[in-house]
Amino acid sequence: MLWNTLLLALRAIRRNLMRSILTILGIVIGVAAVITMVTLGNGATRSVSDQISSMGSNLLMVAPGQRFGPGSEGAPNFKSADVEAIRDQLTAAAGVAPVVSKTATAVYQARNWSTVVNGSTNDYFQAGNWELASGRSFSETEERAGKAVCVIGETVREKLFGRQNPVGSEIRIKQFACEVIGLLKAKGQSAMGSDQDDTVVMPLRTVQRRLTGSQDINRVTVSVKEGASIDAVKAQLTQLLRERRNIGENEEDDFRVMDTRQIAETLTGTTRILTMLLGAVAAVSLLVGGIGIMNIMLVSVTERTREIGIRLAIGALEREVLLQFLIEAVVLSSLGGLIGIALATGASIALAGMMGIPYLFDPGINLLSFLFSAAIGVIFGYFPARRAAGLNPIDALRHE
Amino acid sequence: MSDAPLIRLSGITKTYGRGQAALQALKGIDLVVEAGDFVAIMGPSGSGKSTAMNILGCLDTPTRGSYEFQGVRVEQLSRNQRALLRRHYLGFVFQGFNLLARTTALENVELPLIYRGEPSAARHAAARAALAQVGLQGWEHHSPGELSGGQQQRVAIARAIVTRPAVLLADEPTGNLDTRNSQEIMGLISAFNRDNGITVLMVTHEPDMAAYARRVIRFVDGRVDSDRRNGEAA
Ligand SMILES: Nc1ncnc2c1ncn2[C@@H]1O[C@H](COP(=O)(O)OP(=O)(O)OP(=O)(O)O)[C@@H](O)[C@H]1O
Ligand SMILES: [Mg+2]
Repeated sequence: MLWNTLLLALRAIRRNLMRSILTILGIVIGVAAVITMVTLGNGATRSVSDQISSMGSNLLMVAPGQRFGPGSEGAPNFKSADVEAIRDQLTAAAGVAPVVSKTATAVYQARNWSTVVNGSTNDYFQAGNWELASGRSFSETEERAGKAVCVIGETVREKLFGRQNPVGSEIRIKQFACEVIGLLKAKGQSAMGSDQDDTVVMPLRTVQRRLTGSQDINRVTVSVKEGASIDAVKAQLTQLLRERRNIGENEEDDFRVMDTRQIAETLTGTTRILTMLLGAVAAVSLLVGGIGIMNIMLVSVTERTREIGIRLAIGALEREVLLQFLIEAVVLSSLGGLIGIALATGASIALAGMMGIPYLFDPGINLLSFLFSAAIGVIFGYFPARRAAGLNPIDALRHE
Repeated sequence: MSDAPLIRLSGITKTYGRGQAALQALKGIDLVVEAGDFVAIMGPSGSGKSTAMNILGCLDTPTRGSYEFQGVRVEQLSRNQRALLRRHYLGFVFQGFNLLARTTALENVELPLIYRGEPSAARHAAARAALAQVGLQGWEHHSPGELSGGQQQRVAIARAIVTRPAVLLADEPTGNLDTRNSQEIMGLISAFNRDNGITVLMVTHEPDMAAYARRVIRFVDGRVDSDRRNGEAA
């Protein structure tokens, strides 16, 4: 009986080819949209969290002012003494990297490139998870004496040297010549969207003396020892800086301590909301597809009711008719679901490649969309048939 | 069992609607049909012929009365048992053809055999043979939309007789046809009755067609008005 009913269902699908195709199409569009959106959203979330972990974990970033970036002008910068105090008193700190930043143009032969020069110590590389592609980091003498040496990022290498090995060459920054001693491994975009490889790193003293002309330090990056509580270290650091900066009991901090976990949470939270939004938009298209199917099914209810009447009159059992319609609905909607999944996979891989985010297969959303599409097919294909199959054959035949 | 007639209707009534709008289409039909008979049912329009045929074909249920088929009380059967009765014993030709649209003649005729669970080779052969019997050889792969009224009527007849039913119920099988086509169809039906022993109950308006039958029953206003054998005096 199952085999024969399957035959009848397939014949019915072929007989109503246009209707079948439209049904499948409705499901394909909905399923493909939902899966693609959610997959891309997941990929974006993953890429953000990858970039965050490339920043290094267990990091505390201290900057003057209440916010990172511009707008912190009011608050005074840090001094070398602050950095020394942090080094001495914060026992849980593995590395303390003071940073001074300044935009400057780097010149090599006829080429020049405007970049960010960061002055810091070797701790900077460790805290920032930087690795050297070639060359070396600073020596103690270079750091102490403020020698004109630098380690450059991949973007700067590309702009100034092309494919050439830069180590050993001299570049000019502002008025002074500076020897390139190392090349950093590429990291790509930061979680905030800026190019992390567009950088030149020099010893702190060098930048202070030759570029900024002051003893100020713009920010401090502290890496916390493995196993130490970030929250405790953060509290300790905040207390220390409050004392050093003479902030009264009831006054607000005029600096900010952020930890990478916090940044990560903020950013992944944002992308997660974005994913949900995209998913919601796509779910609407799945719903619209479903309504389209309902429309097609309702339009054909008269014809199909008469068809059911004919089948019953010829001697079909009610359950045989229902099974045929059920098979028909399941075949159409699963076919639509499968095509939708295939399409979504292709589109997600292509789009993820274009957007530079990883493609992550999410079995949950694939299964969910598939089941949803099957449910739509069954609800709109099967339930009208159920009503018709319960009629007297003659009433089904007379249906108008 | 064997002494029971093929069909016995006793006091069958059928009321459509209820209350003020109620309409009694059948007002008490008593009828016995023996196996192998060829019965024509005549009567004015609206006299309840189709209503009676639908009840005989187990497509509809009477309001009151009893219908025995080979001694079995049909009204006591379940929906499924009635479907099986239709499947194994009855062939129905409708006043409208009621073929499946966009489905070839062959597949239409095959349909009852599929529900009977016939294997596909036997099914194809039987369906082709039935189509050949009604003179539609070469038209197997045409759908109803590509066939004339007479041809569609033949497909409907082929579908009704392909299972070699005990009873063929035909509601105005020649209603939409010209004289020549009508004669041919009546020839076919008589042949089934004569050669295959199929009992035939047929509704018709035309005395010419009724002349093929052995027994003619006249309905008037939901009752049997007359019931005579052809050849007897009117
Ligand atoms: N489904 C229905 N609902 C309500 N009334 C009906 C229904 N079917 C038939 N009738 C009524 O029952 C009466 C008998 O109808 P029926 O179709 O049996 O007549 P008939 O003898 O076959 O007529 P015709 O020769 O025109 O086909 C008619 O008055 C008709 O209006
Ligand atoms: Mg009628």
